[in-house]
Order: sequence, then structure tokens, then C-alpha cells
Amino acid sequence: MSKRRRHLFRQALIQATLIILSVFFMLPLVWMVVTALKPIDETMTSPPVWFPSKLLWHNFTEAFAYNSKDLGYIPFLVYGKNTLFVTILAVIGSVVSNSLVAYSFARIRWRGRELLFGITLATMMVPGPVLMVPMYALFRDFGWIGTFRPLWVPTFFGSAFNIFLLRQFLRTIPMELSEAATLDGASEWRTFIDVIVPLARPALVVIAVFTFLWAWNDFMGPLLYLTDQQTFTLSMGLQFFQSQHTGTPWNLLMAASLIVVAPVIIVFFFAQKTFIQGIATTGMKG
Amino acid sequence: MNARHNQRMGILFAMPWILGFTVFLAYPLISSFYYSFTNFSILSSPRWIGGSNYSELMGDQVFHQSLKNTLLFAAASVPLATVFAILLALLLNSKTKGMAFYRTIFYIPSLVPMVALGVLWLWVFNGQYGLLNEGLRHIGLPPPPWLTEPAWAKWTLVIISVWGTGNAMVIYLAGLQDVPQSLYEAADIDGAKAWGKTRHVTIPMISPVILFNVIMGIIGSLQTFALPYVMFPGGQPARSTYFFSMYLYDTAFQYQRMGYASAMGWVMFAITLSLTLLALKLSSKHVHYEGG
Repeated sequence: MSKRRRHLFRQALIQATLIILSVFFMLPLVWMVVTALKPIDETMTSPPVWFPSKLLWHNFTEAFAYNSKDLGYIPFLVYGKNTLFVTILAVIGSVVSNSLVAYSFARIRWRGRELLFGITLATMMVPGPVLMVPMYALFRDFGWIGTFRPLWVPTFFGSAFNIFLLRQFLRTIPMELSEAATLDGASEWRTFIDVIVPLARPALVVIAVFTFLWAWNDFMGPLLYLTDQQTFTLSMGLQFFQSQHTGTPWNLLMAASLIVVAPVIIVFFFAQKTFIQGIATTGMKG
Repeated sequence: MNARHNQRMGILFAMPWILGFTVFLAYPLISSFYYSFTNFSILSSPRWIGGSNYSELMGDQVFHQSLKNTLLFAAASVPLATVFAILLALLLNSKTKGMAFYRTIFYIPSLVPMVALGVLWLWVFNGQYGLLNEGLRHIGLPPPPWLTEPAWAKWTLVIISVWGTGNAMVIYLAGLQDVPQSLYEAADIDGAKAWGKTRHVTIPMISPVILFNVIMGIIGSLQTFALPYVMFPGGQPARSTYFFSMYLYDTAFQYQRMGYASAMGWVMFAITLSLTLLALKLSSKHVHYEGG
């Protein structure tokens, strides 16, 4: 084989593998969309129906106001509003707090910094479940059980993983920029806001996207701390579509799942370029 | 003056985390250690009972079962997901068309909320009407009871975790793009083939990334909760998918035994810590750090 033909063969092989893998990755999600638009009697069939006889867009409106035989009316729209509320606050809290702390770790020299940073890294090894009971006890002492506060207040106090990520990024910005700003008479705060924050935009987008995903998808937090049905979030609401007794309305469940997934995919779509750039330049690589 | 100013500013900027670390991490950790030696429910205050929670754990069959399930799941899913994510990243790193498109496709599964993911896979793996078994029947393979047979249920979860490996893939990809081109050119001069370059240049160069992802994978897989909780309520079938954190949750909030649950948490911490240290030790000879 000539060099050129070998190259073409290689390209074809790579493309074929990528296409097969894409099908494997996308098929379940396509199936979700197809099922969401079906009439109920076409959901449980063998062989499966890939092209529904009619597209029922009202499955989505029905999912928004689903009347479960076991649990009664499920206020899905209220759950959406609750989830949005918690997610927005968590994103704001996480971006603000982590950028402040990472700035201190990356760009201010102070005694105890290295020690605190070492401890911060070590805390990433603490598994979440260890904190389940004591966090619950703590929030109960605060009187926060049944409110949204356990879900967003902690994000205003930083998290080890995000601090680490941002610090790595901030260290790549030349120190001279800060020194020049100081010579121009800028305070530490002004240097942070006017010089560093604009340059750190890609990394801040990464933090925002990660926090958005985490808060939007969080299941354990709401499960632990929310007590009143009216305050539940989307990921909890989805569960109510499953029924042990009357059979799961798969089309409505898939429609509801799609409603939950859609915002996440939209956010990722818009943040994608900055997000990948941010990941590439943060210190996720050790 | 300057040093004192820096000291003040440094602490001021780090203050959110100093407070957060103290209130939401250090204090809960210390109190959980204390709770693990007490009898404690939501309604009563903790009462000291010494080490009896820990000795009870030794003979608790459900605890052993959930621990075994969790460790088996981690042992299967971490290596498989690692290899798969690296292969995907290598594939995406080869110079070819449509890379941005494929990257998005492979990443999308890790965006789907665990609960939505759980119900979607229940639907795909459904023994009777599921998409997967339809496909298998179509090509003449026997359709396994993915959800109802203890031997299969764990593998169902492993497959799903491998499918959702996009996060690690993106990090590997970033690592691959950082490997200096000059190293490949040098290997070319030495007459290295594609596999040789992968084995002797690429893998050593991204070894710190692999270590980072493996450790994160171990820590994450040991905590698996939402997916089995949604797909297999109560760890059905026959508790084969009853994971450590599910038992911890049930112990604390269904059976109201928060002291006992805290002891379980600390056992989990100890296991996570030793596995992480083991990974660090085993890898120390193989991980290559450039310039320290």
C-alpha cells in the first residue's frame, strides 16, 4: 500500500469507529425522545416502535401536570422553579467564593497558605457519605431542615475541588500583571476585580458549569433535607412517575426526564467552547 | 508593612473557605467521629456507648454484603471506565474531521441527571420490552435478565458507568493535547510505529492525568448512590445492588441509627483512604512528572 492509501484507510477506520461509538452513545437518548412523543400503547411493544403512529406533543404538558394514582397531583412546574432557585444561588455562591479563595492561594503570599492548601487538597478524599449524618445534625441545629438553605448556603464558602481547579489556572497568569497594577496604585481588591477576574473567565465558566450540573442534578441533598412535597426538586419529582402498582407511564416519564435534561444540554451547548478551553488550561492534569 | 498587608489580605480573601472548612467540614467530621461511638437518633441526643457500633459492624451481614457489592462494583467499573475513556480520548485526539461534534456526543451522557439516567436505563434494560434485549434477540443472542438476576444487575450498573465516562474523557483529551509534538517527531526518527508511540510516549506523558482520574474514580465509585437507589430500590434483586452508601442512608434515616451510620461512614473513609494511598504507592514508579 502506498503511503497515501494507508493514510486514507486509517482515516476511514477512525471515522467508522467514531460513528459506531456515537450510535452507542446516542441511542439511549434518542430512544428517550422517541418514547416521550409516543402514545402509551406503543411504549410496551415487542418489537419496539421507532416511529410512533402519531407524535403526541401534549405528553409534555401532561408531564407538567401529572396526576399519579399513588401520590396524586405532581407539581412538576413548582419542582422546576425550586430547582432553578437552588441552582442559580449555588452557581453564584460557587463562582464568588471559589474565585476569592483561589486568588488568595494563587496570588497572595502569606504565612500558613501552603499548609491550608495542603489540608484543602486532603479534604477531597473525604467521601460524601461520611458527612451525611453530621451535616444533617448540623442543619437540624441551625433549624434549616425543610428549607432550601442546606442546598445552597455551603456553596458560598468554597469547595476544595473548585478551589484547586481555579488556583491552578490563576497561577498561569504572569505575576507582572498584578505588580503593574499595584504600582499603578490599585488595591488588592481592584487588582482582583479588574485584572484577574476578566482573565480567568474560561476557568470561571468551568466552575459555573460544574456547579450548575451538580446543583441541577443533585439527588441526595434534596432527599435528605427537603421534607415538604411542595419544596421538592426535579430529580426527586421524576421518581414519582414510577409506580409499583399501576404501571409506569413510560411516555410521560421520558417526557419529564427530557424536561429535566434539556436545560443542562442547552447550558453545555452555549458554554462548550469556553468550557473545553477552560478545562484544557486548568490544572486538572495533576 | 508589605508582608503584614499581604498576610491580612491573604487571610481575608481565603476567609470564605476558612469558615466553610471549619463549619461544613472539620466540625462535621469531628462530630461524626464522636457520633460513631454513641447511640444517636434524630429524636434523642447522642449517648456514649464506646466501640460497640464498630464491633456490631464486624458481625453485620448486610454491612458485609453492601461492602462487597461496592468493592466489586469499583473493581469492575474503575479499570473498565479508565481504559474506555483513554481509548476514546486517543481516538478523538487523532487528526480527523468532526472532532468537536464527536466530543460533544461522548460528553452528553455525563450531563444527564442521575435520576433521569436511572429511569432511562431501566427502560433500555427492561427484560421484556427493553431496547437492548430487542437488539440482542434480533441478532440471535439470548436476552439476559439485566435487572432481575443478581449476577447481571451489578454488570448493568458497570455498563452504565462506562457509558457515562465523558468527564474523564475530556480531562484525558486535555492531557493528550499537552504532550509536546517534538516527542512524537523524535520517536518518528527512531522509527517508532503508532503503537510504540502510544506505549512509550503518550501513556508515560499522561500518566499523572491517569493517576488523577483513577483516584477520583475510586473515590466516586465507592460513594455510588443515586443510580442504584433509583434503579434498584432496596438493592434488589436479592440485595445484589445494595451499596454501601445506600445502607448508610437507610441506617441513618430509615432505621434512625445515626451513631451506627457514622461508624459505617468512618469505615468507608478508612477504605477510601487506604485505596487512594495504595494507588499512589503502586503508581509511584510508573507515573512520570515532567520537571518535578
